[in-house]
Amino acid sequence: MSTIQVKNITMQFKEVIALNDVTITFDENKIYGLLGRNGAGKSTLLNLMTNKIFPTSGEILVDGENVLENDNALGKIFCMCDKDLYPKEYSVKKAIKWSKEFYPDFDTEYAYKLCEKFQLSPKKKLKGLSTGYNSIFKIILALAANTPIVLFDEPVLGLDANHRDMFYKELINNYSENPRTIIISTHLIEEVSDVIEDVVIIKDGKKIVQDSVENILSRGYSISGSAQKIDEFIKDKEVIGVDTLGAFKTAHIMGSIDKSGIPDDLEVTKLDLQKLFIQLTNA
Amino acid sequence: MNINFETERPIYLELSDWIEDNILSQVFLEEMQIPSTTELSVNFKINPATALKGINILVDQGIIYKKRGVGMFVSEGAVQKIRGKRKEEFCEAYINSLLNEAKKLNISKAEIIEMIQRGFDK
Repeated sequence: MSTIQVKNITMQFKEVIALNDVTITFDENKIYGLLGRNGAGKSTLLNLMTNKIFPTSGEILVDGENVLENDNALGKIFCMCDKDLYPKEYSVKKAIKWSKEFYPDFDTEYAYKLCEKFQLSPKKKLKGLSTGYNSIFKIILALAANTPIVLFDEPVLGLDANHRDMFYKELINNYSENPRTIIISTHLIEEVSDVIEDVVIIKDGKKIVQDSVENILSRGYSISGSAQKIDEFIKDKEVIGVDTLGAFKTAHIMGSIDKSGIPDDLEVTKLDLQKLFIQLTNA
Repeated sequence: MNINFETERPIYLELSDWIEDNILSQVFLEEMQIPSTTELSVNFKINPATALKGINILVDQGIIYKKRGVGMFVSEGAVQKIRGKRKEEFCEAYINSLLNEAKKLNISKAEIIEMIQRGFDK
C-alpha cells in the first residue's frame, strides 16, 4: 500500500522542457493509465519516479519520502521499462535469482509459474530472446516483484494478441489478489481502457487530465448530423474537436447532455477513451 | 432526439446485464453460486472495482446475495425480479427506437401492427 506524489516536477534537457511543473498524486491500490502522445513526457516521468534521472526542480515522494538516492523509497517501486536490467549473457533463471536479491519480497515460485504459462524457458539466455519474449520476461519480473508500486512502460511491446490477452488477465488476477499501485504507460488505449481505474493524460510536458475513466467518459459525448445544425448546436458548448465529412459533421463536446435540448435529427453517441484522447491531445 | 448509448454502455452495466441475461436463460440458477469478482474481472479483462460496481447493483436489487467467505449466489425469485424490471425498460429500449426507425422509413401505425402480428404468427 503506497502512494506516489509528484510535486511541481520540471525536467529540462538542454533546450527541451520534457516536463513542466507537473503535479500528480497516485493513490494507493489503484490501476492508473498514463497516456500521452510520443514525446509527451511519459517515460521521463517514470524515469524520475525511479530515480534514474534527477529533476531540474520539484520532488517525487513515495509514502512521503523523497525518492532521491533513497533505497527505502525506491525498494517499493518496480519499473518494467525499455532499459534492460540485466546483462545480456544472463539466463532467465539467473535474472530471476538476482531479482530476489534486489527485491526481498520477490516471489520466485510465481515467477517460474509465469515462465511456464508464457512458455518461456528459464534456461534461455536474455540475448536470445525475441522482442516479444523480452517483454514477457520483463512482465514476469514486474508481476513477481511484489512491490507495492509497479510501473509498466509500454508493457505489451511486440506481444502477439494471445500474449497480450494473457498479460492483462494475469495483471488483473495479480492485482485482485494483492492490490497495489499500478501505473501503465501505453499507446494502446483501447486495450487498457477497461483495465485502468483512473487516467492521467500528459500533453507537451503538462498534465491536462486526471480523473477516473468513468467520470471522464460521462463528461464527454459526440453529436453528429447536418453541418449547419451542428454549428448551431455547438455555439454555447465546450467543443474539443470537430470532424467534417462533406455536409455531415460530428462535434466532440465536454459537458453533460441536456436531453431536451437536442434536435430530433441529430445523433448523440458516447465518446470512448481513445476518441477522447485523440481530441484532447491533437495539436 | 436519438440517443444511441446501447452499444457503449458503461462496463459495469454491461456486466450486470450479462449476469442477468444468464440468470434469465437459466445458466445461473436460483440459489446457485456465480463466478467471483476476481473471476469475472479476469475473464472480461475489466478493473475489479468496475466489476464490483456491477455486482453491487444486483446485490442492492436483491437479485444476487453474498455469503461471507463463500461467494455470491443467485437469490430466490431473481428471475421474477429481472423480468419485472426489464418489462418496464422494454418500452424505452425497444418500442421507442422501433417507432423512431419507422418514422424515418415512413412506416404507418397499421403497417407496424401488421408486422408485429406476422412476427407472432411465425
